[in-house]
Parts: sequence; structure tokens; C-alpha cells
Amino acid sequence: MNGEEIIRFERVTKEYDGMVVLDDVSFAMERGKFYTLLGPSGCGKTTILRLIAGFIEPTQGTIYFHGKPIHHVPPNKRQVNTVFQDYALFPHLDVFENVAFGLRIKKMKEADIRQKVSEALRFVNLEGYERRRIQEMSGGQRQRVAIARAIVNEPEVLLLDEPLSALDLKLRTEMQYELRELQRRLGITFIFVTHDQEEALAMSDYIFVLNKGKIQQFGTPKEIYDEPINRFVADFIGESNILSGRMIEDFLVEFTGKRFECVDRGFAPNEPVDVVIRPEDLELVAPGDGQIVIRVDSLLFRGVHYEICGYDENGNEWLVHSTKKAEVGETVGLRFEPEAIHVMRVEREDEGA
Amino acid sequence: MTERAWRNWYLVPYGIWLVLFVIAPIVFLLYESFLDIDGHWTVANYEKVLTPIYLKMMAYSFWYAFLITLVSLLIGYPTAYWLTKTRHKQLWLLLLILPMWVNLLLKVYAFLGLFGTYGLANALLQTLGVGPRQLLFTDFSFVFVSVYIFIPFMVLPIFNALEELPPSLIDAARDLGASAWTTFRRVVFPLTLGGVKAGCQAVFIPALSLFMITRLVAGNRVITLGTAIEQHFLVTQDWGMGATIAVVLMAAMAVIVVLTGTGRKEGSR
Repeated sequence: MNGEEIIRFERVTKEYDGMVVLDDVSFAMERGKFYTLLGPSGCGKTTILRLIAGFIEPTQGTIYFHGKPIHHVPPNKRQVNTVFQDYALFPHLDVFENVAFGLRIKKMKEADIRQKVSEALRFVNLEGYERRRIQEMSGGQRQRVAIARAIVNEPEVLLLDEPLSALDLKLRTEMQYELRELQRRLGITFIFVTHDQEEALAMSDYIFVLNKGKIQQFGTPKEIYDEPINRFVADFIGESNILSGRMIEDFLVEFTGKRFECVDRGFAPNEPVDVVIRPEDLELVAPGDGQIVIRVDSLLFRGVHYEICGYDENGNEWLVHSTKKAEVGETVGLRFEPEAIHVMRVEREDEGA
Repeated sequence: MTERAWRNWYLVPYGIWLVLFVIAPIVFLLYESFLDIDGHWTVANYEKVLTPIYLKMMAYSFWYAFLITLVSLLIGYPTAYWLTKTRHKQLWLLLLILPMWVNLLLKVYAFLGLFGTYGLANALLQTLGVGPRQLLFTDFSFVFVSVYIFIPFMVLPIFNALEELPPSLIDAARDLGASAWTTFRRVVFPLTLGGVKAGCQAVFIPALSLFMITRLVAGNRVITLGTAIEQHFLVTQDWGMGATIAVVLMAAMAVIVVLTGTGRKEGSR
């Protein structure tokens, strides 16, 4: 880590009534980056956000803000603001007063409040909406008000708790661009919580993939996508073909009863491994030219590509994304480069599952 | 017959009830209020209501109703707030509602025993070295017993309003820098004002026309409009005057309901 550290978790555990929701988690985040906490519901991602905001306290471990523990700092004294999942806008106040809420508490001068609020509203493209009631605003507009209300306080860290989940697909994609752009302009740290892997890949500088209260993998979107560390991450980040196999030696892996050249090394001889091949890395060829031969079982037209699902002679399911069309029942060959094969260690946890 | 037409028929029993027991009595009251004690047409009753005796009585009624409402609110709001935070919500709520199922008269009689010269309250005061005191037939005991009777009507609407308040709004206020007190003042209280209004209506309006508690607990020290109505109908037999006070009281209540609004509209989203 080369930037200035802003938040650090050291062996943080959080339990609710004996249920461990966050299990001995340690990580650090630096200033001015866009982080995403990605995982299925109940993985502990929102818990991390609430711990940073100060709504809850860790059962064990320490959270540092600028190198100082912040356990006993109440949420209203933290240099952190939150955009809530349900926006949590105050229904009894209009747009202006919602945005001005934090400034009024700081007892700022009326003229300064006016200036800052209109600045924040301009930032989120809501000029002229000052006197609107919250009830009159659409979902996307409420979202913007919530963002304006948070950023007007000039926090060092902005926490976003699945803020796009209530929006329809088109608006969501639009807001993804806007949020990323906003983060660049403000230059502050964003911590974004989502269960949508596409959202995470599109927006983040770094992604934390979480499952069952543990960080599974940390990395850039490309690292996470190309080099998933285990079956869970590979499965959660995008669609993929995951096969059990065996590492014969460096650069040689065996799966579906065949040996393939690969680019991975550093495994014990004959170590059992999981192999990931992304559906878009598979090329559709004549059966004779294929490294794997499958029988097409189903075909879906997805717009940019066909999603082809089929089975090889060992009964493994294969998912292929191809611009070429295949017929159901047809036998086709699949080709892939050694780089397309990604070998992962089998997690001890996953063996039982 | 269409479904809608059928549905209107279901209203018939309630319609009959409404006409017989709500509209007819009000019409009779209005009619009686324009009759003097000998049954002649007159507006003298209304002139009499505006004399100092009755105006003072009215002021008393409003003052005590206000006091009862205020004390109920001051006790009821924190109670409701605490109720939403407690673990065994349903149990505590039940304990709160339970006394409402006991007959009103019975509860008032119980207080006569408790507050009497040889009652539990005085025994307690005696051991503390301040008693015995005259508790019954005082303003204090009147307000105390009334508050006891009315407090569930104050707590329940406020409790409901607090329960409906999304917890994220409180998080949001804290997140934006508000202290616990500021959060209450600027978010929680304004958003539960509907419940407060409903509770105040539910206490103030019946408190305005109290007569049983007044008679039994306050004795003749406190004379409110409620007791005056009772006296005119049952003792002096001046139905016209009784009816007039009742009409004035109803008009006052109507004005209060209109002024405070229904309480629901504001909080709804």
C-alpha cells in the first residue's frame, strides 16, 4: 500500500446474540480510492459499513481511523457519512433542508449553508429542486438527494450501502457512471457495498469479496475476475466453468480425464485443484478440432452473444459464450488457450461443502 | 344488483345505529337547548352560558383537561419511547392495556380506598413522616386519577408512531452529526407528531367532559362542564340548560378536532 492509510481493521470480530457475522477480519484502506465490499446477503459487508459509521461496535478487535482507534467515538463525531440503502431521507423536510441537515447541526451561517447546499445539489444535477418535498421525488432523484446530503458535509470517507439496489436497470447503470465520476471529482474514499458483481467490477479500484464473515479475496477488479482465489470467488464473480482436477506438475494440469498445458505453477505434484475457465474464453470449433467435445443442451440468445450450455462425455456441464450459433443436440468442439485455464487451490472449507 | 350496490346494503345496520344513537340525540339536544325550564322557546340558555359563572366553569374544564393532557403526554411519551426499545414489547404493552379492560368506576373506587385517610397512600406518607395528608377531594388527586385512566390512550398512538419510524432515519441523523438529543428534537419528535396529536385528542376531549371522576375524587371542589351537565339533567331538572352546555361543549370539541387535524395525514408518506 503506497497511499495514505485512512481505515484499518485489525482482527475485528462482530457477534450478534452469539452469531458470528464478521470473523476475525483485518484489512486497510487508503485515501481517495473506490472500494467495494462484495458478497451475498449475510456475508458481513453491511456490518463492516456500520462498524465504520459507528452504529455498532466490534465484539473484538480494533478499528483505526487515521491510525487512531475510534471505538469510543460516537457516529456523530466521525468524519464519515453514509448513503443508506433506503436513502433514509427525512420525510418532514424538503430537499434543501434534508441536504442542509448536517450543516445546521454544525451551526453554520445561513449564507454559507445556502451556498454549500446549492453547490451540493448542482453536483448531483438537482438544481432547482430545493423546495420539493421528498415524496415528490423519484427513486433516482431521492438517491441523488441522499448523496448530496452526505457529501455536503465534506466527509473523508463516504459509505454507500447498496444505494443502487432500488433502481431499475437503466438508471442503475447510469448511476454507476455518475458515482464513479463523483468519486474522482471529490477525491475522497468511497466504500461501496453491493451484491452485484457487475456493479463491483465496473466501479471499483479495489474489491473485497466476502463470504460467511470472512474476506475471501482482495484485489483490483481485473485480479478478482482473472485470478479468483477459490471456488466461491470464481462462482460469485461472473459465470464460469469450475471443474475439479489435479496438478500433475508445473504448467500441466489434468481435468475431465485429459491433461492440458497451463500457465500456473507452484503446486505440489498431484495436488487436487479447482480449475476455472470463463465461458467467453471458450471458442466453438468443429468436433475434430476441439480439446473438449460437448453436446449442446440448450441455447439462449443474450444479445451480444449466444449462451450455450452442453455436457461433455464425462457429464461435466459447460457454459460457452459465443457469437457463433450452435444447434441444440449438435456436437461441437471447444478450444481454449493455456492462459484461459485458471488453477485454484482447493479450500479446506470447500471440501466439506 | 351490482356488487357496489350490495356493498352499500352492508352499511344499513350502522346507518340505523348512527341515526338512532348519534344524530337523533344531537338533534334532541339542540332542540332542548332552545327550551326554558317550562318548555317555552328561548335563547336565554345561551345568554346564560356567557355569564361569568359558566365561563369560569368552562375555563376550569379547559384548564384541567389541559393539565391532564400535559401530564399524560409528559409521562406517556417517554413511556412509549422506552416501550419501543424494550425486549419484551408485547408483554409490556399488554400490561399497559390491561387496566383499560377494568371498569372505569371500579378503578375510581379503588383510588378512593387508596387515597382515603386510612388508605395505603397515607400509610406510606406516615412512615415517611409527612402524613397523614388530605389526598382525596384535591386538585392533585383529580389530575392523578384522570391521568391514570387516560394514559394508555396517550401511550398507544405515540407507540405506534414510534414503531412506524424507520430506524435508518435515526442512524442518518446521527451520521450527519446530530447528538442523541438533537436527533430526537429534529427527527424523532417531528415525525411522531401525528401520534402525539392523536394521543392529545384522545385524552383532551374526554377529559373535557369528565364528571364521574370529578364527583368522586375531587368532590365538589372542582366543578367542570361535565359535572354541570349532570347536575342540570339529574338534579335541577333544567334540561334546557344542560343541553345548552352540552351543545357548547360539543362545538368546542369539534373546533379542537378541526384545529389539531386528524393527525394521520401529516405523518403519512
